[in-house]
Amino acid sequence: PAFGLFLFTIARDPLRIIILIAGAFFWLVSLLLSSLIWFIAVKASDPQDERLQKGLLIFGVMFSVLLQEAFRFLYYKLLRKAIEGLVALSEDGCSPISIQQMAYVAGVGFGLMSGAFSMINLLADALGPGTVGIHGDSQLYFLTSAFMTMVLIFLHTFWGILFFHGCEHRRWWEIAAVIVMHLTVSGSSFCNPLYVGSLVPSYILMAAAAAWAYLLSGGSVQNLRRFLLCKS
Amino acid sequence: MITFMNNSDSEEEPCNERTSLMSAESPPVPSYQDGLQASEAGEVQTHRKRRAGSSRGPNNIAGGEMSGSGVPVRESAPENEEEELTLKYGAKHVIMLFVPVTLCMIVVVATIKSVRFYTEKNGQLIYTPFSEDTPSVGQRLLNSVLNTIIMISVIIVMTVFLVLLYKYRCYKFIHGWLILSSLMLLFLFTYIYLGEVLKTYNVAMDYPTLFLVIWNFGAVGMICIHWKGPLQLQQAYLIMISALMALVFIKYLPEWSAWVILGAISIYDLMAVLCPKGPLRMLVETAQERNEPIFPALIYSSAMMWTVGMAKPDTAARGPSQQTWDAAEDGREHHRSPSHADSRTSETRSPVPTRPVTSLEELEEEERGVKLGLGDFIFYSVLVGKAAATASGDWNTTLACFVAILIGLCLTLLLLAVFKKALPALPISITFGLIFYFSTDNLVRPFMDTLASHQLYI
Repeated sequence: PAFGLFLFTIARDPLRIIILIAGAFFWLVSLLLSSLIWFIAVKASDPQDERLQKGLLIFGVMFSVLLQEAFRFLYYKLLRKAIEGLVALSEDGCSPISIQQMAYVAGVGFGLMSGAFSMINLLADALGPGTVGIHGDSQLYFLTSAFMTMVLIFLHTFWGILFFHGCEHRRWWEIAAVIVMHLTVSGSSFCNPLYVGSLVPSYILMAAAAAWAYLLSGGSVQNLRRFLLCKS
Repeated sequence: MITFMNNSDSEEEPCNERTSLMSAESPPVPSYQDGLQASEAGEVQTHRKRRAGSSRGPNNIAGGEMSGSGVPVRESAPENEEEELTLKYGAKHVIMLFVPVTLCMIVVVATIKSVRFYTEKNGQLIYTPFSEDTPSVGQRLLNSVLNTIIMISVIIVMTVFLVLLYKYRCYKFIHGWLILSSLMLLFLFTYIYLGEVLKTYNVAMDYPTLFLVIWNFGAVGMICIHWKGPLQLQQAYLIMISALMALVFIKYLPEWSAWVILGAISIYDLMAVLCPKGPLRMLVETAQERNEPIFPALIYSSAMMWTVGMAKPDTAARGPSQQTWDAAEDGREHHRSPSHADSRTSETRSPVPTRPVTSLEELEEEERGVKLGLGDFIFYSVLVGKAAATASGDWNTTLACFVAILIGLCLTLLLLAVFKKALPALPISITFGLIFYFSTDNLVRPFMDTLASHQLYI
């Protein structure tokens, strides 16, 4: 689905593609830094201690979430500057792309990159022979991974919109809400393999974020109804 | 990479340089692998030709702007407008370059992942004589550095040779060389590639069919690249030969040497294009002085060129023509053409249909594209291909390198828009790519693996 989003909405406009790739790049850099921190922590600690390792992992995850949000903020700053440049360049004084579109595309960029990194090795391995969950792990590993990745990609998209909106209008509580949501979702993935603990809350949060982002983007229930009933 | 305005178009220069370089350089050396060595030598030569070509950039820009000011219609256009227009089309041009680079990389990665031939080590190029099978780390490092020095010096010699040839107008020689090299690329390497792919998928093919297929592919390729052909087809062919060349490099360069060579090439590129005495820069300047396009078939051009019908009789409006650049020389040329049409000198293609100039101010939007040298394609693909072949993190590393290279390309094009002269395309992208490759392989991979095994999501 995320790829479909990409094809239908982004692939037309070259500027959006550039913003997308740059968004993916920012996510990548944040991942790099967070894994650097984790790596140093692991090397500096005792490799035998299981609980310590798990604790370090959790710490790594949380830190990575915070870093991602920080990079989203940096990206927002960069895009603000870019918009000013574009406005100056354009002929009629308004930018060819609005900040909301940029927010959407940035979110998709983040999401695609995180999804790709989460899934692609799994997919490559899935092509080969083997049985899922042969050692007593859950047999639904691939399915749940796929769903979790999808929800994460969508969430990133919505978070992008919410985050940028919060930055635009200086509503700090919005930004804080995004960060808290992200932490919650990552934290809920700790419940794996008890999948009900992670997938269900994530989907609920995604629905909430979707509705919120929709309202922020100017939609309303009337719009929705008109769209669904095909312009009645 | 040199970027230059496409004002002077002596399009009609077929890839002579590349072929001429080839004939001069085919060393009858006993190689580790006899059959392929000579072709690789040729390849490297062509490759070097590409490099030399990229220096043409700045000249053209200068020429372009000069000719631009000459146009009566355009004189009134202020400089800013021109800048605005160029930057406005900036995103579009960037995408026009993204797509072929992406395609080339996809082809290379797909081949590396599926055909095992290209990851087996079956010998080395004559240009990298030192083996890397030594037991100690220091020795291996030393060998790879020596390999790099030899390779770079060979490239420098070739480039200077090419520049000299161009300066003294030995066009026929250059043409012959380029034709010969592209011939070899198109026929020999395609044959090997096809053979390996068929072997991998266990598809039987008889010789007559094979001969027919390769003959058609090669002949059409020669025509498209060196003469005229549909733009898409020509672009496809250029992508194919870049991919083939990159695969050859990936196969025959030992590991550490490959990385050191990539780094050294970026530095060389930077110096060769930007230093006043750099060979590439001299090449570009010479080309601009003579108002000729740089060797065709060495450069990938992303759009067609339409000349504008002006009052001046010599600037005959032509139908869309393609800029075929010899990939060899112009390995790293960015070409940024202003969207305003200056007096484009008619492309020096001999069969140029001239459109009658109807009005004084008939201006057409020139869909000038950006030009990127084929050497750049090759090295980007080598980086990504090596990442795919040797990284244990598999796809994550490859993906990271891919994004890094694209961002580098973006930044380079941005700089191009700002500076408006030929710029080297390799350094930024390759630097990003190398940083991301090494860091992703060593840092991110264990992190992601642990996360995936616990099914945690960040």
